[in-house]
Amino acid sequence: MTSPAIAAAPPRPGPRRRLLGFAHRHRSIQLLFLLTPPVGWFGVVYLGSLAVLFVAAFWYLDPLTSAVRHDLTLRNFQQVLTNPVYRTIAVRTVVIAALVTATDILLAFPLAYFMARRASRRTQGLLVMLVLLPLWSSYLVRVYAWRVILSPGGPLDWLLGSVGVHGFSLYLTDAAMWVVFSYIWLPYMVLPIFAGLERIPSSLLDASADLGGRGATTFRRVVLPLALPAVVAGSIFTFSLTLGDYITPALVSNSQFIGNVVYDNQGVAGNLPFAAAFATVPVIVMAIYLLVARRLGAFDAL
Amino acid sequence: MRGRGLAVAAGAVIVFLYLPIAVIFLYSFNADRAQTWPIEHFTTHWFGDALANAGVRDALGLSLQAAIGATGIALVLGSLAAFAVHRLRFFGREAVSFVLVLPLALPGIVTGMALNASINTAGIGFTTWTIIAGHATFCVVTVYNNVIARLRRSSRSIEEASMDLGADTWQTFRYVTLPVIGTALLAGGLLAFALSFDEVIVTTFTAGNQQTLPIWILSNLRLPNQRPIVNVVAVLVILLSTIPVYLAQRLASDSGGPGSRS
Repeated sequence: MTSPAIAAAPPRPGPRRRLLGFAHRHRSIQLLFLLTPPVGWFGVVYLGSLAVLFVAAFWYLDPLTSAVRHDLTLRNFQQVLTNPVYRTIAVRTVVIAALVTATDILLAFPLAYFMARRASRRTQGLLVMLVLLPLWSSYLVRVYAWRVILSPGGPLDWLLGSVGVHGFSLYLTDAAMWVVFSYIWLPYMVLPIFAGLERIPSSLLDASADLGGRGATTFRRVVLPLALPAVVAGSIFTFSLTLGDYITPALVSNSQFIGNVVYDNQGVAGNLPFAAAFATVPVIVMAIYLLVARRLGAFDAL
Repeated sequence: MRGRGLAVAAGAVIVFLYLPIAVIFLYSFNADRAQTWPIEHFTTHWFGDALANAGVRDALGLSLQAAIGATGIALVLGSLAAFAVHRLRFFGREAVSFVLVLPLALPGIVTGMALNASINTAGIGFTTWTIIAGHATFCVVTVYNNVIARLRRSSRSIEEASMDLGADTWQTFRYVTLPVIGTALLAGGLLAFALSFDEVIVTTFTAGNQQTLPIWILSNLRLPNQRPIVNVVAVLVILLSTIPVYLAQRLASDSGGPGSRS
């Protein structure tokens, strides 16, 4: 550039290069290229489908013709709120989801604490892997395994029989749902708590000990408050995943969850409007839960 | 003493996580059709029976097609979204990750019903493609998360250097950017594959009468005669969904940037 007289004219770029160069200088073209496919998929297909489903909750099934009428009405929501059968099912779903969450916190904490603060780096890596594998895979197979374990004549029957307990079975009970859900979603609780505990600086624990806090005091007054956002983060998963499930109730219990009613109405009964209306219950419960969780700082712990 | 107790509790929870899976592995070798415990005679012949079963073979084929298709779409859409969010500023940028994680965060039944209603309304009929579309919807976020994490850790200066040295956008992408995000793509793709391969809830809404392997399990597990084969298929599903997750995790930790290994 300092000696323009010498500089030869650069070779004229080919058409591909010119096109790419043009795109490189114009952000809007890059944006168009990068965003059109994902926005088309999610913004149009997925969110569009969700919107249609939401509107469908205000349609109704004509009781005479069994055809879906597209006039807007609140009668589905009215039925959800007033019919005691649906209320019982909704309460059962929420209560079991809460029990599962509490159980998972108790089960996850010792493992997460050991992983974060006691295990060597090697052991820690191994344990993270062992917790991750069931988190990502084989949901159905793990529920099926429990169905086999709990069934009459199965391993649990044998185990209880060998210690002298007869005639006790969890098979097809609400308690079975509690056990199986707690098992299935446990990894989702372990990992956030592990990450949360790992972030606590050791100096804080040392300081507490120096100031005379014994193990239990330090745990209760230092570790627990600092781990709370991580626990809430984990509870988002365990609570939400239990709330929306319908496979586990169908396989290990005789009771219905919101999901089972939704599934049957959508499929067998052909009543999509009612299914859509009832499906808003777990979504609304979760939305409230998320608002509370955000106030407790859970989103920073995710 | 206290440390010992903690280690024992941690170990017990790990055993709890794996015990049911071990039970299914053992049952897949059970010679008896009835699933009574303890198992008295062991055999491997159900594995042959399962692989010779036409329903199982068709379902395996469909599951593989669906998982490969969904992974392919997730790789494209997930990387495009990751690049857009990382490189550019635009209206709604903050909402992208929220929308992408929505199919995993919402109950599967909601996503399933929504897609089902759309498929019915559009009148396109249930095919392998509707299964792929449903799976891709919740798989995109795994690729997006892996790629954007890698982009945030890598420096843009090597790309600027490439452009300064005369490479065009495509050459820079092919020879500089792609090698940088390669293992992140692989890890995200493997997770997407695993998620798709054993998904059952969304699939029941997008498959119509077609059977993927998990749907095959679901519709056969109540039939006493099919139990031995169901156990074998269950083991197959565990292996085919766990191995990719194992590989993805190894990739993610081995090629992690600064700070991931001391």
